[in-house]
Amino acid sequence: MIWNEEMECMDPEKRKELQLERLKKVVKLAYDKVPFYHRKFDEIGLKVEDIQSLEDIQKIPFTTKDDLRAAYPFEMVAVPPEEIEEIHASSGTTGTATVTCYTKEDIDIWAEISARAIGMAEGEKRDKIQNCYGYGLFTGGFGIDHGARKFGAAVIPMSSGNTKRQLEIMRDFKPAILTCTPSYAMYLGEALEEEGYGPGDIHLKTGIFGAEMWTEEMRKRIENKLGIKALNIYGLTEIIGPGVSNECLERNGMHIQEDHFYPEIINPNTLEVLEDGQDGELVLTCLTKTGMPILRFRTRDITSLVHGKCKCGRTTVRMTRITGRTDDMMKIRGVMVFPSQIERGLLKVSKASPNYQIHVTRPDTLDEVEIKVEITPEMFSDEMKALDEIRYKIAKSISKEIALRVNVTLVEPGSLPRSEGKAVRVIDERNFK
Amino acid sequence: MVVKQISVFIENTEGSLKKAINAISNEKINIRALSIADGAEFGILRLIVTDNEKTKKILKNNGFILRENEVIVIGIPDEPNGLNTLLDILEGEKINLEYVYAFANNKTDEAVVVIKVEDYKKAKKLLKSHNANLFDENDIANL
Ligand SMILES: [Zn+2]
Repeated sequence: MIWNEEMECMDPEKRKELQLERLKKVVKLAYDKVPFYHRKFDEIGLKVEDIQSLEDIQKIPFTTKDDLRAAYPFEMVAVPPEEIEEIHASSGTTGTATVTCYTKEDIDIWAEISARAIGMAEGEKRDKIQNCYGYGLFTGGFGIDHGARKFGAAVIPMSSGNTKRQLEIMRDFKPAILTCTPSYAMYLGEALEEEGYGPGDIHLKTGIFGAEMWTEEMRKRIENKLGIKALNIYGLTEIIGPGVSNECLERNGMHIQEDHFYPEIINPNTLEVLEDGQDGELVLTCLTKTGMPILRFRTRDITSLVHGKCKCGRTTVRMTRITGRTDDMMKIRGVMVFPSQIERGLLKVSKASPNYQIHVTRPDTLDEVEIKVEITPEMFSDEMKALDEIRYKIAKSISKEIALRVNVTLVEPGSLPRSEGKAVRVIDERNFK
Repeated sequence: MVVKQISVFIENTEGSLKKAINAISNEKINIRALSIADGAEFGILRLIVTDNEKTKKILKNNGFILRENEVIVIGIPDEPNGLNTLLDILEGEKINLEYVYAFANNKTDEAVVVIKVEDYKKAKKLLKSHNANLFDENDIANL
């Protein structure tokens, strides 16, 4: 179902008018109430009145993750403390955490976009939603929760972990929608199978999966294991949380909630704004948020935009699956390579998705790529010949993805370093000095 | 009755092999035979032990990847070229050897070999027909 037909199926020209009206308002709010933007505008002599068309947005300086870190914890807040209703923060694994403060209206916007996502997932008011995103500072759990309440569906606030209990609830409560990270969905599917059950024993119809990068191969596997349609959701704490965009049942790109967020795609090196269909870094402007108005935030996520009416009837622009992040993009022998491509190659050979690490070196003048792969029980054999074969197979499959020759080494499980539980994917040992 | 070998994936670091062997020895399990197949970056540790179930559990708990499979364990006849005679029999029937390793029987001082072949059933039948001294699980426990 389409939760908000007026906004999701609006005539694109009419939507642009709405966006411009809202952009002007948020720019004024940011300039008047947030010292950071006041200073940024003044530095380049930009006036609030200079924003007269949507294209004028390009005059506004970018906001980066570092800017938000420097504003830790509350310097980007545009309203007095009594108006703040909820606070979330992104994990600080790669530096200081970034904090987002929500007013009552902001929470309502978040609930609205999350409800739209539930609508895209064939949600009905009678449905139960098994929400296994973590409840806490992380935005996943509460984002879906707010949306489910607004939508009128029943939320089962599982949070993450305790797989046995998750499966029990899944079978007994008969939820129709599952929400979690794609890797946890995969894990739940495998655990269900291990317990001797299958898609016929549960009642899920769809899943809304996000908060990490995944591939089409993984989508197919999850869909088979759980007997569902797996939809991709996108969002980030800095902007609002999950629901900035979400896939409809067509599963052909995520509809961006354009009445609330204005997307641009830029070349991360030259910073120029790119056309439809071109891959680049996603930049988002919050058009309606008042607690923390964020203008032209560089997400570092690589995607492209597709305009035009979707088969589902929605007219909102779609963004393609995130294929990488500007900060883990590598240039190897002049070729752009993302860890997600390596992962895709690996998945085509191994049923499990093993942990891996990419080592880039430059012994002489040419770059060399070595992929260390943690061995899984299904890959292992008592014969050297078989192990060598699997190495070649993986290497060949990855080479197909990135058009470069790679070496594959098998390593013991758990031997590749993780920082705070997150895998370290790339070690670049090239010396560019 | 069959003899099962446990193979373990070992990275080519000194600590890794030690860790595997210590983990087993600390649980008072006897390692009857041991061989290491070496590659450039990793190897395969192959073991014949007295308690497979326990060994598998310990290794798994220590994070090792392993596999259990049938092998042929055979006492070498106490005669010149004892091993060669055996290998000739297999070769004569075009049975491919994947690998062979030997160890000593503590009780009799005679040599024992572990053989991995492609066609396990055929090899076993053939060796039996030549009255070869095939070991079973109990023999291993009593070595
Ligand atoms: Zn659609």
